[in-house]
Order: sequence, then structure tokens, then C-alpha cells
Amino acid sequence: MDTVTLEPSLYTVKAVLILDNDGERLYAKYYDGTYPSVKEQKAFEKNIFSKTHRTDSEIALLEGLTVVYKSNIDLFFYVIGSSHENELMLMAVLNCLFDSLSQMLRKNVERRALLENMEGLFLAVDEIVDGGVILESDPQQVVHRVALRGEDVPYSEQTVTQVRKTALITSFISTYYTAQCGICSIALLTFHSPET
Amino acid sequence: MIKKFDKKDEESGSGSNPFQHLEKSAVLQEARIFNETPINPRRCLHILTKIIYLLNQGEHFGTMEATEAFFAMTRLFQSNDQTLRRMCYLTIKEMANISEDVIIVTSSLTKDMTGKEDVYRGPAIRALCRITDTTMLQAIERYMKQAIVDKVPSVSSSALVSSLHMVKMSYDVVKRWVNEAQEAASSDNIMVQYHALGLLYHLRKNDRLAVSKMLNKFTKSGLKSPFAYCMLIRIASKLLEETEAGHDSPLFDFIESCLRNKHEMVVYEAASAIVHMPNCTARELAPAVSVLQLFCSSPKAALRYAAVRTLNKVAMKHPSAVTACNLDLENLITDSNRSIATLAITTLLKTGSESSVDRLMKQISSFVSEISDEFKVVVVQAISALCQKYPRKHSVMMNFLSNMLRDDGGFEYKRAIVDCIISIIEENPESKETGLAHLCEFIEDCEHTVLATKILHLLGKEGPRTPSPSKYIRFIFNRVVLESEAVRAAAVSALAKFGAQNDDLLPSVLVLMQRCMMDSDDEVRDRATFYMNVLQQKQKALNAAYIFNGENTHCAPSLNLRALVCVDISGPIQEVRLCLSVSSVPLANTPITEQKTEFAPVATSKLPEKPGPTRQDIYQEQLAAIPEFQGLGSLFKTSEAVQLTEAETEYVVRCVKHTFARHMVFQFDCTNTLNDQLLQKVMVQMEPSEAYEVLHYVPAANLPYSQPGSCYSLVRLPEDDPTAVSCTFSCTLKYLVKDCDPNTGEPDDDGYDDEYVLEDLEVTVADHIQKVLKPNFAAAWDEVGGDFEKEETFALASVRTLDEAVGNIISFLGMQPCERSDKVPENKNSHILFLAGVFRGGHDVLVRSRLALADGVTMQVTVRSSDETVVDIILASVG
Repeated sequence: MDTVTLEPSLYTVKAVLILDNDGERLYAKYYDGTYPSVKEQKAFEKNIFSKTHRTDSEIALLEGLTVVYKSNIDLFFYVIGSSHENELMLMAVLNCLFDSLSQMLRKNVERRALLENMEGLFLAVDEIVDGGVILESDPQQVVHRVALRGEDVPYSEQTVTQVRKTALITSFISTYYTAQCGICSIALLTFHSPET
Repeated sequence: MIKKFDKKDEESGSGSNPFQHLEKSAVLQEARIFNETPINPRRCLHILTKIIYLLNQGEHFGTMEATEAFFAMTRLFQSNDQTLRRMCYLTIKEMANISEDVIIVTSSLTKDMTGKEDVYRGPAIRALCRITDTTMLQAIERYMKQAIVDKVPSVSSSALVSSLHMVKMSYDVVKRWVNEAQEAASSDNIMVQYHALGLLYHLRKNDRLAVSKMLNKFTKSGLKSPFAYCMLIRIASKLLEETEAGHDSPLFDFIESCLRNKHEMVVYEAASAIVHMPNCTARELAPAVSVLQLFCSSPKAALRYAAVRTLNKVAMKHPSAVTACNLDLENLITDSNRSIATLAITTLLKTGSESSVDRLMKQISSFVSEISDEFKVVVVQAISALCQKYPRKHSVMMNFLSNMLRDDGGFEYKRAIVDCIISIIEENPESKETGLAHLCEFIEDCEHTVLATKILHLLGKEGPRTPSPSKYIRFIFNRVVLESEAVRAAAVSALAKFGAQNDDLLPSVLVLMQRCMMDSDDEVRDRATFYMNVLQQKQKALNAAYIFNGENTHCAPSLNLRALVCVDISGPIQEVRLCLSVSSVPLANTPITEQKTEFAPVATSKLPEKPGPTRQDIYQEQLAAIPEFQGLGSLFKTSEAVQLTEAETEYVVRCVKHTFARHMVFQFDCTNTLNDQLLQKVMVQMEPSEAYEVLHYVPAANLPYSQPGSCYSLVRLPEDDPTAVSCTFSCTLKYLVKDCDPNTGEPDDDGYDDEYVLEDLEVTVADHIQKVLKPNFAAAWDEVGGDFEKEETFALASVRTLDEAVGNIISFLGMQPCERSDKVPENKNSHILFLAGVFRGGHDVLVRSRLALADGVTMQVTVRSSDETVVDIILASVG
């Protein structure tokens, strides 16, 4: 029995992965240095997929890591944590991710629908896990925060002042960018301070 | 919400990935539309998505192109489209490390984090903290403090988590936010509570008192969040471990009370914490085990997995605590999740009875191919433990292991199986032939050199003594034909052992050796030539010395030495002996430095691997540095240290005995435990009981407080009476005491003589004998010959069991048990113990001791040696 008590920490999740039914990466976010290079990550994903795609069981121990997973039609969702981690916490993350996407995609959780809403996926994962810390576990909250609405604010609704300011800032930024000059950057920062 | 993709994407069919053939350069080209006025949110959003998708696929962005895209993106802050804005935050975070000058967006983000739109505030905080450094952090400190206590949970959580990320970089700044974090911890929102607790702990973890206060507060007030509870349990168990508080501490009570929490996550965390505590008694474990038992029948696979995995850990230490769960575990054997089933079976194997073994093994074999290597190793380990527990089940196990050996698997897995089979063979003589047959089959197709050489070594050792040794020759010679150098060399050594032990096989072995002498590898050729020459002599003594028991010499001396042997070997045996006096060098002295590493597994599998100098080498060097001890010759044996004082006395003295050919040196390691005394001229005066003569004392000049020092005594062994091997010395520690200041260690000028009586020191026969392992005892027995054989029978009245008798004899004579004869099989009334050693002066000694149990133990001792005196000494000392 190993008596290694882990340092109590909020850093729970090591990675979140979504693969398709060929094992190709659709989404992958690694939160620590367990697999630093893309090559190692892909090898790990290949291993995970080969070990899990045939069986419909939620949890496995692979390469010394606890992997909880869930598949739906042609998608495979994985949440990965240390083998000492509370498996139920990882499961809470996985369920939250899946349920959030399910709501956002109107229960149509499959590859095609997901690819058409990649930005929704990106934002949802960003709301669920931040740098390895579980940020939110309630799918309702996640969907609310991702709030995929108000996309269609027509350009005409922007006020004239906004447009004018836009032009001004653009000119500033381009000046900054071409000159790469520190003084300009200070000028820009002061200009941009939140007095409005 | 369906997006309009480029035409090309739509044409490629419904099943394809619209992002599949994205070109980084094309996407960056498209990113130019960010600069168009008016901004088209939908198109820009799609392009940002593509950029993030590419980053996510591991595409590499150069600094220049990333910076360019980043600056174009900053313009999108002008749009009020929510999703677009949120994607901008994500892009900022993704590009923070790739692009230059990301701080350009600081003010935009600061504006969003303090603005009215709640949807923006949380993500803006997180993006801002991602691009901020310590100096910039101070500038936004005010906003961060406000955000932490914000009433909107997403804002507060974001600020807390971002602060936690910043602790690593800017501890001193974040430390100032403790009060805000404290306030956030009493929030109603469960996630805010969790994050606040996490941040508070990270800020206070180095201050044990503060942590304990915090625990106290939260365990009393109670929390809503199950995540926060899990965190609390972890903090509590860490604190318990650090303070080594007993299990009556309120912290333990808190953890135990969490077993009744309504959230499974908390209950499991608490149970796992209790199970992992060191020195938990069965009674304390019981409540944890019973909740885990309930989880075993949960419909959730993750919960069943967690429960059975934890029970498996309990079973390693407290198998009896888990037996209550056996029924539940039985049900899990058929679980569709193979990991759960495997863990359940291995747990049952640890707790179950002998009768259930067959059934369990059958169950495992039905799905062993479906589980990962990690679990396969777990299974093999469980089997290995089981074989020791129930030796009668070896045939079932062996069968199972051989099937596993045939399956695919990595090196760790295969090694675990091979080790397990070897240990079964060694424990159960009946299983030897089946086991060897399985291993032979395995090396026919084995990609791991280390395993192949290990098995060949085993075949050489065990094969010749089986009823039909000829069948192994084919397997071994196949290796010579097909494998790499290391394996070929090991195969040659194994072949030689067959030739040496089986006369009828010798001619064929010699033919095979002849072929090996044409090998392309030096080592293989040398070994073949060497063995060829030895075998052609057809002398049992030579075989014994150089083939069976010469393992140390094969690898240790350089090739030159072996070449020398080949030249001289035609001469009389005595001459060879002189050339190769290495063979009588005791085991521990054998230099292992020149050994080729690739052969290490073959040669040293029986020896403890000791790279670098041994303990005795170190002593030899130390003693050689003292002028009085020069001219004593080489150090023959160094004994283990003997304590001459009680543990907690003023002076602690232990003695190490060094034996030379005609002298003994006693090394006294003394420690002064009084901080107000300095000892000088420290020596141990010795009064021998026999004809031993003390020649010299080498005192230790200074012995300050708590710094160990050594003094020595040189004693001459009686030459006229070689049988006087044992002697008792009464010892007295003599020294000059100077009182000194405990703080500075400054001694007074004047001192006085004092002495301190030590316990008696005994020299026994064991001090004159060095252990030598003879892998083939029978051959060594024949080699020494019966010229000076003596036999006597003793009755050991006070000894009640054979085990005890064997232990006593070994420790009394200080010789090496051979052929695993130190292990007495259960339920036997008689046993034979084989012991080997070298007597002071370099004479081999072999002892065969037959033991019979009947009202005490009767022992018949047969001693053989190359010197008659030695035989007499041994028998005299036993009697």
C-alpha cells in the first residue's frame, strides 16, 4: 500500500480529450507537462483509443493515469487525471462536459454537429476546466455562461462614435505594430484605459 | 446555428471534417478580413475557430505569424458580438506564449472585467491573468480584490482560480488577498466555496497552525460543496500524517463523519483517506470498508472501480478486513468493465481460500487478453503471492502462466511472468520439468535479451539434473544459432554445464562447442574454447571448479586470465590451481568491476549486485592506512558490528572484528554522547581468556561530543594451537576526560583518567570462516574429496523444530547455505543442510548436516575440507 498522500490541490484534471471513431483528435487540451510534446500526446491518444473504443465501460487505468470516458455515436470523450485522484471528481467533469454539449447541440451529440459548433465546444471546455482546476460542474451554468446567442447584432446597431473610435484605435495599433515602439505602447495603454 | 462553410467543405460530403484539410497559411491569409470595416462577426468568428482548431491540433505557429494574427484579432474587440468576444479571450489565452506583446490587450480586458456585462467579466479576468506578470499584477490588484468578493459566482470563481494560478509566480502579491478569499469562502455558491478553500490552503500551507485553524473553522461551520469537502478531507489527512496525531484526534473524527455525507464523492474520498492512513487498525478500517462494500453494487462503473481499487489496497495489508466483502466482489468478477473484474479477482485471490483458486483462475483467463499491461502485471503479482501461500496449486498456476507467456505483452509484463515461474520452480521441485518446458518454449521466440539470458542460466543450472536432460540441448543450441551475442554466450555456458554433468551427452556437447568456437563474437568464442578445454580433461574436480561453481570467475577476471587457463590446463591439476587461485577467493571479495554489463544478468543473478567497492574493501583500505597493521596480509573477513554498550548510555561502543591470516584486528567505533566532555587517548583494553596475545593498541586521539571515532586493538592468534578458534575478551574503555563548555566545546586544560566497563566480546568459529556460495553443491563435494572427511552425531536437546536447528547452525558456523537447503519444507521430519565456506588461510570447507526430528533434533554432521585441522576445528566447535 503506498502511503504517498498527495499534496491537497485544486489541480485535478490532467487532460480533456475528444476523439472521433477513427481515433483522430477533434479536441485535446493538456493541462500539465505529463505529455509535453505533440508526438507524445498523439501516442497517448492512440493508446487510449485502442484500449477503450471497443468496450463501453467508463473507466480505465492507462500509463499510470486514471481515464474516465464516455462514447456517443461517433464521438469519444475522455477526462484524464492522476491515478490517485478521486475518480468521482473526474467523472463529474466528464458528465458536465457531455451534458453541456448535449444541451448546446440539442441532444444531437455526434461528430458532424460538434464540428459545426466547435466554438461552442471551445468555450464550454473553457468554462468547465481552467488550467486543470474544475471551474464549474453544473451543465446548466456552463450552457448559460457560454451563451451562444446575440450573434446577429447587425453592424448598423453600432453607434457612430464606436465606429469613429474603432478607426482611431486601428490607426494607433498599426502605428504601434510597425514601429514596435515602447512609447507608443504606453500611449496606447493610457488611451485605452476604462474611462468610458 | 448551422454555419456556412466554404463551398469546398460542403462538397466534401457529410461525414467529413470541415476542418480536416485546413492550411495554416490559408487561414492566416483569411485572418486579414479582421481589418475590414465593418466587422463581419460571423466570418471572423469562423476564422478564429479555425485558428484555435489548428493550435489545438498541435500545429506550430511561428512568432511572426502568430503576432501578426494576434494584432489583427485585437481589432475584433470593437465588435459587440458576445461569442466573438469570448473567442477573442480564448485566442489570447492560446497565443499568450506564442505571440509577442500580448500585453497590448491589457486595457481592453481590464475594461471588460470591470464592465457591466457579467458574461464577459469572468472570462476576461482569466484571460487577463494569463498575460499578466508580477509588476502588471499590482496594477490590477484593486480589481482582483473586488472580483474575488463579487456577488456573481462566475466572476468570483474566475478571480479565485486565476489567483491560484498566479500564486506560483507572484506569491507576495496574492498573499495580500487572503481576507477577500476568506470572505469568498463563506459564499453560498458551491464552486466559489471550493475555489476559495483551495486558494486559502495554498497561501497557508506552510503555516501548520493556520491550516489547523482553518480546518477547525470549516469543519465546524460545515460546507455545501462536495468538492470543498473532498479538499478538506485531503487537508485533514495530510495534517494528521504530518503531526502524527493519533486516531482519537478531532480531525480523524471529521473524516469519519464524512463517511455519512450525502454525496458519494465525499464518502469515497473519506473512505480512501482512512484506508491510506498509515497504521490503521482493523476496527478503524471497518466503517470505511463497509461503505466501499456498498459502492461495489453501485450502477455507476466509476464508483465500482473506485471502491474495488481501494479494497484491493486494503487487502494487501489487512486481508481479513475485506473478507466481509467477498460476496460483493464475487459479483464483480463478471463485470463488463474488465478493469473492475481484474481488481475484484486479484482482491479475492488475496482474501479467498484455497478452494476458490481454481475457479478464480478460470475466470481471469477468460478475459486476460482484454486488459491493459498494467493490470496484467497486477494479476501476475497476485498469482505469485498465491503460489507462496498455496504451494499445492502450482500446476494450475503454471498452466495459466504459460498461457499468459504466449500472449502479447511488454517487457515488464513478461519479466513478471518469468520471475514468477522461476520462483515456482525453486519452491516446488515437482513443477520443475513443466516450468522448464514452458520457459524453453518462451525463449524460442523471445525478443528480450535479459530474459533469454536469465532463462538460459536457469536451464544450465537445473536442466542437467532432470531425468531427461537431452531434450533441453536442442533449445539451447538453437539460441547459439539464432540470437545476439549476449544470448549466444549464455547458451554456451549452459551447454557446458550439460556436458560436465552428463557423461553420455558429453560427446555431442563437445561437437556443439566446436561449432561455437567459430563464432563471430569474441566472448562467445572465448567461452567455447575455455569450456572445450575443461571438458576434454574429463575430470570431475575441474568441472566442479570451473563450470558449476566458477560463476564468479567466469565474469570477473579479464579475458587474459582465462587465456592463461587455457594454456596451462594441460598440466597437472595443482598447477592450474595456482594459476587460478581466484577460485578460492571468497565471494564478497570477487572484483566485479571488469564485468561486462550485458552479461551481468547471467552471472550475478545469484549475487547481490554490488557495483563499486564492497564494505570489506572499504575497511581494508582504512586498515591499510594505519602503520601498525601493515604486513598483516589481505583482510580475510569482516564481521557485522557488535554493540558493547546499551543503546542509551554515556558512551556508545560497537566492535567490528577483522580477521587476517594470523591476526585479528578489533575496531571499536566509539561515540561520546555527553556534550560537556571531551575524551582523549581513548582505547579499549582487552583481557583474553585463551592463548590469544594482544600486540598493539591504537588509541583514538580525540573524541568530541557526537563525533564518532575509532580505536583499534591488534591480537595475534595462537599459532601452536590452531584449534583454539574461540575466545572471550573482557573489555574496558580507558580514556582521559576533559570537561568542556557544552555550547562552545572549549575544553579545560586539566583532565583526569577514567574507565568504563564494556560487555564481553566473543570470537567464535564463524569469525574464521567466509561464506562461499556453491551453486552446485554435489560437484563441490566431489571436488574436495573424502581425504579428510569426518563425521559425528550430536543431539540438540533444546531445539524443538528443524527450522530453528537450521537457523542455529548457519549462524553458529557462519557458512553459506547452498541449494536452498536453508528452507525446510513443511511437515517433514528430516532435512539435509548443505553449507559451504572458506576457512582462514584459504581452505575450502563443506558441511553436510542431516537433521532428524524426534524429541529434540538429532544431527549428523559430515565435514570435508582440503585441510585436516579445519575439519577438526569445525567438529570440535560444534560439539
